[in-house]
Amino acid sequence: MRVCAVVALLSVPLVAQVTSERIRNSDREAGNWLTYSGNYQGYRYSPLDQINTLNVARLKPVWMYQINDLNQFETTPLVVDGVLYISEPPSNATALDARTGRPLWAYRRTMQPDVHVCCGQVNRGLAISGDTLFLGTVDAHLVALDARTGHVRWDIVVADYKTGYSITVAPLVVKESVIVGISGGEYGIRGFLDAYDVETGKRNWRFWTVPGPGEPGHETWAGESWKTGSAATWVTGSYDPGLNLLYWGTGNPGPNYNGEPREGDNLYANSLLAIDPDTGKLRWHFQFTPHDLHDWDANHVPVLVDATVRGKARKLVAVANRNSFYYVLDRATGEFLLGKSYAQQTWAKELDDRGRPILLPGKSPSLEGAMVYPGLHGGTNWFSPSYSPQTDLFYVAAREEATSFYLGLPEYHAGSFFTAGGFRGIPGLEPSGAVRALELETGTKIWEFPLHSPPWTGLLSTAGGLVFGGTNEGHFFALDAKSGRPLWRFPTGGPLQANPISFLCDGRQLVATTAGHALLVFGE
Amino acid sequence: MRNLVILVLLSFQCTAQNQAAPDAGEKLFLAHCAVCHGPKGDGGKGTNLAQPRLPRAPDDEALARIITFGIPGTEMPLTRMTPQQLASVVAYVRSLGRVPGETLTGDAQRGAVLYRDKGNCPQCHAIHGRGGTLGPELTGIGARRNAAYLRESLTDPETSIPDSFSSYKKVTLIPDNFLQIRVVTEDGRRFTGARVNEDTFSIQIRETTGRIQSFLKEELRELHKDWGKSPMPSYRDVFSRTELEDVVAYLVSLRGDE
Repeated sequence: MRVCAVVALLSVPLVAQVTSERIRNSDREAGNWLTYSGNYQGYRYSPLDQINTLNVARLKPVWMYQINDLNQFETTPLVVDGVLYISEPPSNATALDARTGRPLWAYRRTMQPDVHVCCGQVNRGLAISGDTLFLGTVDAHLVALDARTGHVRWDIVVADYKTGYSITVAPLVVKESVIVGISGGEYGIRGFLDAYDVETGKRNWRFWTVPGPGEPGHETWAGESWKTGSAATWVTGSYDPGLNLLYWGTGNPGPNYNGEPREGDNLYANSLLAIDPDTGKLRWHFQFTPHDLHDWDANHVPVLVDATVRGKARKLVAVANRNSFYYVLDRATGEFLLGKSYAQQTWAKELDDRGRPILLPGKSPSLEGAMVYPGLHGGTNWFSPSYSPQTDLFYVAAREEATSFYLGLPEYHAGSFFTAGGFRGIPGLEPSGAVRALELETGTKIWEFPLHSPPWTGLLSTAGGLVFGGTNEGHFFALDAKSGRPLWRFPTGGPLQANPISFLCDGRQLVATTAGHALLVFGE
Repeated sequence: MRNLVILVLLSFQCTAQNQAAPDAGEKLFLAHCAVCHGPKGDGGKGTNLAQPRLPRAPDDEALARIITFGIPGTEMPLTRMTPQQLASVVAYVRSLGRVPGETLTGDAQRGAVLYRDKGNCPQCHAIHGRGGTLGPELTGIGARRNAAYLRESLTDPETSIPDSFSSYKKVTLIPDNFLQIRVVTEDGRRFTGARVNEDTFSIQIRETTGRIQSFLKEELRELHKDWGKSPMPSYRDVFSRTELEDVVAYLVSLRGDE
């Protein structure tokens, strides 16, 4: 710690002050990891190249840190000048010495026994502004912690957890606001995205992802169905400082599998939203899956890249969607430019010239069950894609898994599961997965590395020409970013269900991932 | 997670007594449960539920817990339902146990001898930890499978291979079937056996001798997965019709630690 801190002292004060400006220029301090995706553009790319295609075979564990909770450990650590700041399930935070993995402080939150979370009491990470850390909790609070000690600076209620709201997302700091999304799409919540003042915790704005009466989009919900329309915001978005726009994905409409009570397109469920971070006003939206019946959340990290498409320089946003299509949009206007399947899909004939799917018959949930690719968990899921400016490739951990979708009764009871159906695996059809490299502008597959089972781990690309990923069976691995050739692997003994990062300690590049109930850090 | 269990059970208790609707329960059962447990709940790939005592679910709370959370390590998935739906399915499953089951004509004692001698079944199957490892353990098979399923397993083994791949299991650490594998190593050696485990980089199989072989996939020239194949022979021409019924009666009598 001391050595790391001394190195850091040359350029920053003893107590690191992480400004939005520093995050904006994160590529200038590649030794740190200042925000969920590593930069505002959602790249999950490390400019570090000490570990590279020539020496990655020598990578070995440096330290491990174990948690004392059986929920999934999904955190992306922040790294600021020699200290790792991690969240732990259900809603805890710990500061770790980057050299040794020794805890420096711990924030432990007592959780209420009646908290509802569909898929485990998890947390995906923290955000930082100045020397304040932000933690969303599964009892739907937002907590500001002193990064020096873990002491609470403020603790505010975001929503009433008793009606099914919870927070699992890593917040995003933009200027003087901390942006936080909400979970609860399986409980018939009404979704929103919030911005709070980093100093006081006062709410700056709330954008309801299901429009109320009189608001544009309200007409896409039959009757009173908007009140339980869900459209949760449970994966961290991206930010373009140039356009001053925030990009954030939304989840399934409620109830998940039975669309009868909610006739219409159900805006802004399954959409990408472009929002002014100063006002919370919607600039544009793009809905990937109108009137979704398969729980294909669009909760993904949007990747912001400037490139030339059909001869014209464009500011783009790229998303590999849970519905198995890869999309490229103009991020200034929301114009649809490209949609191409990157994983097997059997639900859409094609996308029309505005990106709207042309549906195939017989794919809606039924009493007998309707088999569809992708299945419930999608062609990919919440875990992060990666974009490498070095290779200009978009990397996605893809899932090849069909499920049968069943229809159920849409009965709403506040705080109870409100999915109106279910799903099953397909007998005799063993699911699999792959890491796929797509050409950013065209979605053309350049290479793939097959995986035994559909992954739950995101990807990290690095300037060392590598892509790091993981498997359910416990391997953390590195691939050649240009060819997909496997170059290194380590059997961790626990399933990988998070996103890797890379940083410097004592001038030495390290790579970190969670596996099972441990955080593992590797170095050469 | 533990907290969630308590919550679900509390809400279950509140609604179970007065709102359980057997009709709704039957519909839900047909949609969610019948594919494995059979339309009458008397078993198939899944456990026979048409019996007065369910070993894993001695009371309604335990049954509700199993439906809600599944049974880890088995093919039984979790199913999310409202408290009312859950109560109605529980009520319906309990009603199945009040229906008389299939009458068996065979003699279980004779069946036990046939199982051991003429059938040579212990070569591949174990009961109470005694016997072979190539096929499924049979200690509690009578509590899990009905007579029709067991009869078919004996005459047409390949129609009843466990083949469910579990999207409901986010993490598959050990495969739940007996997939037959053939490999050829780089130096030309051939091995066959049942898959014990597999990951992206390696596969482990159990040979008919019982020996475990572990291979790195990068060292294999060929890797074949024989879906739908079973090493178990058909007993259609081994046992007479009467003998077959005796063996079925013996297997149905195996109730595990009940």
